[in-house]
Amino acid sequence: MDIYLLEAIINGILLGGVLALLALGLNLIFGVVDVVWICYADIVMCGMYAIYFLYAQYGVPLPLACAIAISGLAGLGVLVHVLIIAPVLRSPPLNQLLATGGLLFFLQSFATLLFGTDFRNIGVRLPVLEVATMYLSFARLIAFAISLVGAVALYFFLKRTYLGTAIRAIAQDREIVGLMGIDDRRIYLAVSAIGGALAGLAACLLALQYDVHPFIGNTFGPVIFMICVLGGLGNMIGGFIASFVISQIIAIGGYYGSTELSYVFAFTFFIVLMLIRPRGLFAP
Amino acid sequence: MLALSSVSAAYGSFQALFSVSLEIKRGEAVGVIGPNGAGKTTLMRVISGLIAAHEGTMTLEGRAITGLPAHQVVEQGIAHVPENRRLFPALSVEENLRIGAFIPSARARFSERLDWVYQLFPRLKERRAQLAGTMSGGEQQMCAIARALMSKPKVLLMDEPSAGLAPLVVAQVFELVRKIRAEGLTVLIVEQNVQQVLEVVDRAYLLEVGAIRLAGSAAELKQNSVIREAYMGL
Ligand SMILES: Nc1ncnc2c1ncn2[C@@H]1O[C@H](COP(=O)(O)OP(=O)(O)O)[C@@H](O)[C@H]1O
Ligand SMILES: [Mg+2]
Repeated sequence: MDIYLLEAIINGILLGGVLALLALGLNLIFGVVDVVWICYADIVMCGMYAIYFLYAQYGVPLPLACAIAISGLAGLGVLVHVLIIAPVLRSPPLNQLLATGGLLFFLQSFATLLFGTDFRNIGVRLPVLEVATMYLSFARLIAFAISLVGAVALYFFLKRTYLGTAIRAIAQDREIVGLMGIDDRRIYLAVSAIGGALAGLAACLLALQYDVHPFIGNTFGPVIFMICVLGGLGNMIGGFIASFVISQIIAIGGYYGSTELSYVFAFTFFIVLMLIRPRGLFAP
Repeated sequence: MLALSSVSAAYGSFQALFSVSLEIKRGEAVGVIGPNGAGKTTLMRVISGLIAAHEGTMTLEGRAITGLPAHQVVEQGIAHVPENRRLFPALSVEENLRIGAFIPSARARFSERLDWVYQLFPRLKERRAQLAGTMSGGEQQMCAIARALMSKPKVLLMDEPSAGLAPLVVAQVFELVRKIRAEGLTVLIVEQNVQQVLEVVDRAYLLEVGAIRLAGSAAELKQNSVIREAYMGL
């Protein structure tokens, strides 16, 4: 096989890791709260700015800056739920979409107002590894490894703890969880915090690879939605697998065409698949 | 033990319960019978806090439970086996039982409770790792009852536990109700299976169109002509 194609495939897998993390967060929130956070990628953007300012401007050590960004976004997730989602929880889906969509525009405009439209880089230069004449970015390798650790940690949390089991239970039957002594409002808060923290972790990993600007959410937000719908909204395993399918299409498409074209390929694949399997790749 | 006084409840503008009063003594098993749509399920939901009563009061061991949300009613000692079982189908049997022990007091004694429940339902122990949704109707009903028992309730509410089950399994379910009573629990059971439920309860209420029409001991009701004609087909 062509060594450059192999490199593209490996880079695709690495990209899939971070996308999977975000797909997990979005699916978790949708599965439990039953609301799609249209603004999810823009929350990631807030995290990237937090890391940029903490680390590049104020000299906070990177691990600490990441920890602050993750806990900050967990807090932001709770705020989003309490201020935006909770008031429209029983409203028609369209109103919920408008509420979180409105937040998307608010966050983008607010970031533009505060920080301007400059592209900012945290300025961490990680080496590029040369493996068997292939060039692999160390930042991407780290991002992939940490994403997998995050996904595995989430899996064990959902599988092994009372709170995690309650989260899975509420996604299956929200009406009767009260009978089990579960306060659904507290589960919603917990899930919003976890979703925020996952966005925070993704922000750390993306800040290593990309410049931050107010509209960075637009570059991967639509891809994450596509992944979640493809995997079946709320289906966490489906979304996880779909992340790697889409990232492969983007990587290989980029190899044969261009980066722009690769997104065209991905969305074309998505639209065709939606016509064949409207409920996602893994619907029974 | 559990007392309801003039409780009314509604879905929006549709009133489903009209001033229902009832009382259950400690250790008693009491039945609620009545036709489809009478408000039996609504009554259970009001007691367990899934829907709010807009009128009347409810007490458990003399303490008011009126207006408490469902998750707090469980902590007071009332467990509810909902209509149609409502297991979490994609959780394993044991995970369903773990959810049943979600409240702190039950969580602290989880393994002890689990042993007790498995002793009561040996079948569930065999199936502990199986997804709840893949079991037979009878096994699912056992699991739903076991899940409710995990919280160590004082009062167990059961909403049509025999519905949709084969006759042999129905008999097993009623046998279980006897066993649960023998464990000292107080039981309130809704049933359409009038003949069989009157064999396991001490007393019963007849609910029609959201109001109590008749109340009496199981022995009295078995002789009552209204019940015999309309509900036992005799
Ligand atoms: N969620 C609901 N919304 C509106 N009406 C309801 C709802 N649930 C039940 N009802 C109505 O309330 C009445 C009592 O229902 P229910 O308590 O389920 O009766 P039963 O359990 O005795 O069959 C019925 O007329 C039913 O149509
Ligand atoms: Mg009913």
